[in-house]
Amino acid sequence: MKKLTAPRIDRCIGCHSCSLACARLVHKQISWDTAGIRIKSSGGLTTGFKANHCLACDPAPCADACPTGAFSRRKGGGIIVKKKLCINCGDCVAACPIDAVFQDHSGAVYVCIHCGRCVEFCPHNCLEMEDVKTSINAEEKT
Amino acid sequence: MIRDHFRVLVLNLSTGKGQIVQLDGRNTEAGGSGLAALLFNKYGLPERPWNDAEQPVIFAIGPLTGYFPLMSKTVCSFKSPYHNQYTESHAGGRSALSLCFANLDALVITGKAERLCCVNVSSRSIAIKDVSFMKGMEVDESGKILRSMSTGSGHRTILRIGPAGESGAAMANINVDTYRHFGRLGGGAALGVKNCKAIIIHGDAIFPQPDNKEYAKLFAKVYQQVTATDMMKKYHNLGTPANLQGLDDIQSLPWRNLQATSDPAISQINGERFATDNLLRNSACSGCPVGCIHVGCVREMFDADHRYTFKQVAYDYEMIFSLGTMLGVTETRSVLNILDVMEKVGLDAISGGVALAWATEATEKELISEKETTVKLSFGEAEAYQQASEMLGNGANDFYRLLGQGSLKAAAEYGGADFACVLGQEMAGYATGEVFFAAQSLGFRHSHLDSGAYSYDQKHSDQDITGAVDFLISDEAGRAFMTSMVSCLFARGVYKNELLADCLNSVGYPELAAGIDPIGIHIQKLRWQTRIATGFIPEGITIPKRFFKIKTWKGAIDPHYLNALKSEYGKAIMNLAGA
Repeated sequence: MKKLTAPRIDRCIGCHSCSLACARLVHKQISWDTAGIRIKSSGGLTTGFKANHCLACDPAPCADACPTGAFSRRKGGGIIVKKKLCINCGDCVAACPIDAVFQDHSGAVYVCIHCGRCVEFCPHNCLEMEDVKTSINAEEKT
Repeated sequence: MIRDHFRVLVLNLSTGKGQIVQLDGRNTEAGGSGLAALLFNKYGLPERPWNDAEQPVIFAIGPLTGYFPLMSKTVCSFKSPYHNQYTESHAGGRSALSLCFANLDALVITGKAERLCCVNVSSRSIAIKDVSFMKGMEVDESGKILRSMSTGSGHRTILRIGPAGESGAAMANINVDTYRHFGRLGGGAALGVKNCKAIIIHGDAIFPQPDNKEYAKLFAKVYQQVTATDMMKKYHNLGTPANLQGLDDIQSLPWRNLQATSDPAISQINGERFATDNLLRNSACSGCPVGCIHVGCVREMFDADHRYTFKQVAYDYEMIFSLGTMLGVTETRSVLNILDVMEKVGLDAISGGVALAWATEATEKELISEKETTVKLSFGEAEAYQQASEMLGNGANDFYRLLGQGSLKAAAEYGGADFACVLGQEMAGYATGEVFFAAQSLGFRHSHLDSGAYSYDQKHSDQDITGAVDFLISDEAGRAFMTSMVSCLFARGVYKNELLADCLNSVGYPELAAGIDPIGIHIQKLRWQTRIATGFIPEGITIPKRFFKIKTWKGAIDPHYLNALKSEYGKAIMNLAGA
């Protein structure tokens, strides 16, 4: 099990290639927004960039907030998305502490599924897929 | 965004109302340069002056914007305060993708706001905000406030002007997202005269991906070419400043108001030196993984107790030429300090530097003095140039206000036209020879990017007037198509016609794909016809004597060859426009 990380985001040049790749390859769209990773300046372009993406919380508050099971916990953190179950309520958006879930004008939500498709499109190697433990929250189990 | 027509927002600042206009012409004018000319012909007033409130300022993107790497530029067109004729200026940053994701092929600003205003546009909103409190505010300060006044961080563009634009300087730029600019020929004043301090475009629309497998494959292929091969290395590594050493080596780099074309001091301000001593980081236009923006850092101790501040300034070849070699300034930090002032006041740093170089030589020749310039201008005196840049941007007195209209305007008053380094506008940094001088003088934008003339000079030592003029005309047509897509011209080595056709086919523009050459020629003709309708005549432009007195790698400039080239190129332009 892997999760997307941005360990070298200080190298980011703000080209948006990762976001555009996610929108294109995962969501079949051309957009800055409908992507699991979104780049913004960290307070103006002179201050560098930050990447908004799912940090693979374990347990994931967005999954806990979801009333239909469209978002469910993924082993090792993050979530599994079942779009057909989504009613566009936006509760996941409100529950995410880091604004990693995007909701478009129609109500559809977009979040990183840790597939890694964006990684190869970063020209400065800012992104990386990292192995995570696959047991669901050990403390919770015990 | 893929559509068989253009979708344009025409926003009238006098009424505060916008109108979405659908316009035919996708398969003939394509977008970018072609669309901008089409729109000027619809909304422009060729007979009226540049500062007529109804003149449009146009921002246009192309059919490939947002769909392929490096299709990341916007064309801004307007009637220029510099020569009162139609022109274009190009910039990247986030401007192109913001327009694309605002679901617009172009934004046309007409009219004049009653008070200083900021235009806010997205795919679902239009607003005009009063920003009277920003009157005279510098570009860095207004940028910070504008960011806090609008939504869409990361997915918006913030265009703004400085005091130079507000006061009508013909070399005022439009700053794009801090590090890029619609720089040349006074776009800043064209917005300023409309009381438009800023335009914020939030790109919040979503489009379906082209429904074919070919598109994804092609994108991956182009992306690989621009990132994993050497094709873009020049721009990725040292960036355009890499050319400084090379041009100095072949006696083609203007120094001290073009009194020389090489100098041993180049080793102190070449690309390598900037990269080693000042390069802080790189940045990119949205949609471009190359990241050619080189941001330099200057650290300044402003108090004896080790209290420091620092500046981040994006540098390129052209600014190092105009504020470095042209002014005899040979310290990297000093070049960046002058550039920082130019940025803040919203001046085009190329034009501003070249104008100050003229003023320096005019001072040497005692045509002007500190009575006009306030500070003593002397080649190499960076502190004075910082102060002069501020006065030029702010139009501090009659002299600086006149100089801000162009070196030749000042020379008409004070003398010194012979050594004004003006080729249609203040020169670009290429003293490569006769072909470039003729080409910049008459080029559509008076830009070194209108055609590959500076490159032609470096490859041809023979004198072939027909060959050179044919090259300029045909090369310009190809570039007119590229700037209608709208591609960064740094990618012209990647986007050959065959690849452009594949890209256009993959997103659903087969007619454009099939007609690249004739459409490029049509757009080239349309642009020239538009310019000619606003008053362009080749005979109206003269090449100052300074350009006839220099020595390049080919030897002394041949005045007969240069005059003949200019004459024949002018005729060829008028012929192609059917004038």
